[in-house]
Amino acid sequence: MSKILFAPGHTACAGCGQSLAARMVIDASGPNTIIANNTGCLEVFSAKFPESAWEVPWIHSLFENAAAVASGVEAALKYLGKKDTINVIAQGGDGGTADIGLQALSGMLERGHDILYVCYDNEAYMNTGIQRSGLTPFDANTTTSPLGKQSSGNIRFKKPMPEIALAHGIPYVATASSGFPQDIQRKVKKAHSIKGPKYIQIHAACPLGWRHATQDAPGVAKLAVETGLYPLIEYENGKLVGVRKISQPKPVEEYLKAQGRFKHLLNNPEELKKIQEIADKNIEKYGLKAASPEVS
Amino acid sequence: MKHFLEGSFAVAEIVKLCKPGVISAYPITPQTHIVEELAQMVADGELDSQFVNVESEHSAASVVLGAVATGVRAYTATSSQGLLYMGEVLFNIAGLRLPVILTCANRAVSAPINIWNDHQDSVSMRDTGWIQLFAEDNQEVVDLHLMAYKLGEDKSMMLPVMVCMDGFILTHGIETVDIPTQEQVDKFLPPYSPLYKLDPANPLTLGPLVDPDAYMETRYAIQETLKDALKLIPQITADFAKIFGRHYNGLIEEYKLKDAERVIVAMGSVCGTIKDVVDELRAKGKKVGLLKITSYRPFPEQEIYEALKNVSKVGVLDRALSLGSYAPLAGEMKAVFFGKKKKPQIISSFVAGLGGRDITKNSIKEIFRLLTTKEKACEFIDLKPELLKEKYE
Repeated sequence: MSKILFAPGHTACAGCGQSLAARMVIDASGPNTIIANNTGCLEVFSAKFPESAWEVPWIHSLFENAAAVASGVEAALKYLGKKDTINVIAQGGDGGTADIGLQALSGMLERGHDILYVCYDNEAYMNTGIQRSGLTPFDANTTTSPLGKQSSGNIRFKKPMPEIALAHGIPYVATASSGFPQDIQRKVKKAHSIKGPKYIQIHAACPLGWRHATQDAPGVAKLAVETGLYPLIEYENGKLVGVRKISQPKPVEEYLKAQGRFKHLLNNPEELKKIQEIADKNIEKYGLKAASPEVS
Repeated sequence: MKHFLEGSFAVAEIVKLCKPGVISAYPITPQTHIVEELAQMVADGELDSQFVNVESEHSAASVVLGAVATGVRAYTATSSQGLLYMGEVLFNIAGLRLPVILTCANRAVSAPINIWNDHQDSVSMRDTGWIQLFAEDNQEVVDLHLMAYKLGEDKSMMLPVMVCMDGFILTHGIETVDIPTQEQVDKFLPPYSPLYKLDPANPLTLGPLVDPDAYMETRYAIQETLKDALKLIPQITADFAKIFGRHYNGLIEEYKLKDAERVIVAMGSVCGTIKDVVDELRAKGKKVGLLKITSYRPFPEQEIYEALKNVSKVGVLDRALSLGSYAPLAGEMKAVFFGKKKKPQIISSFVAGLGGRDITKNSIKEIFRLLTTKEKACEFIDLKPELLKEKYE
């Protein structure tokens, strides 16, 4: 049995999609890996002094600078002539990536560092109590995009982070999901096989913030993919080289009704329509629909 | 070997001799000449280093943080807004006990935006846990950089060091500077080999979450280490003198204090001007002197006490403010003597040279003139009354 690199016994919530995804990422990366971690849930639940779940070298500095710290680690390894044998990962949550850490990430991508950046996207600032981030989906109910007489939740759409990463001209960009753990591992391995900056954004179910039962975490994450709301896509050198096909896209209600954060939408056909449109656009844009024998 | 060169290039020369494996910086005046020169050295193959051009000072500080955590010596430089933008990372670097070396080309802080020299930037960062050393001239700038690496990387320290040099006055001033040989530097400064680093062969977790049960001890440890630095700095300057033949105290410098009745306390390049004025006034029989503070952090309280306990009138010259309170250095000088039996009759506080206003010999003479038995609190020197007439109403 290979060495456990992300040990059990950490303090993540039951059903946490981020802890599952983080384990997939480091297991696929192997022991010759150094991680720089932004502040956030993962940092808090995996490295509370005097304990640590990490069996690889791991550094946490600040909320927004993992990409820059990792850049320094990578530059140091290059100087030492060790970069070819050691993977460098920078990782953080959606707020640490798309909001406060976007500048440092953009710098890392633009400079061409040989680093894999992993964004665990649970779609809000869960660590501080479910506040809206730039990756919070449209109409989601969070503590800073609450429902009200004049509000049906978050008024903005998700910031298109994979496209922003892609626009830097980097060799590998992919999305993944905590509902599809093996796919995460495959993508991480592929990313490490490519030199240069890589970006993987993993949709990570959060029972606390999304408000669903802990045992439903894998199923809810899968539904996001199966409705077309979180397309699993893979770009190499700017070209779309893979998508996870959906044989029969499920209506978005199936995903929304499973979560407290969207509960208010179920009797609101107008809003439901807007969200179905998001899924339909994704399906069309990325060609997600599988050619199925039933459809002539 | 002696060279006639700009201060910034002198810094680049000594940094090159210290062999940092990673250099990262973001452009800001008046620091830029330093890193431009280092970039050229890397481009010409004279310096084997990874030069990382970042998108901000926040990332520059983060890059050198990551590099030093990986066990590689690193260097960065900045000024003013850049240092403030690094502020969050500066605290973090010290807390992580990483001996990053940074040159602060001292510059005023906005608003109003002003590219010229004062000490507001580094003085505002005095509580970060960094050692702060202020240089008087470019020879001292060079020597302090070399000693900074030796000091910060000492296993009893493991703390970052900021070498402060006055923007333009020193960075762009051209002086004759003795640049040591590689052989001399190698003899003085061993390669960086920390006990702990990010290494897959020996995985460790750096920067965990620490709750009330242990946080205070981490801060106490830095406080205690900085006390130890007050003992280590003179040892390092003594070692330095053996190889390079230049003698520094490293904490303070006393200039004609023995029988002095009126003494100015100051930091940085203005000390050169003060020495000239002291010489002039001494020639006229006035008993005046200078106490130069080299180490602002740690603050050499005991050495200052010994140097000034028999002086009757002390004037503290600040090139920074703590708006709404005592000028920073003045407040600390008063604290040194509070409750002591032997102490100056008065400790007057003067503020001069903000935003690059020249501190001339006349400014210094004015301070000596104002050093009477009447204590001055935050007295601004060389103010222009004609600019203070407008009212907002």
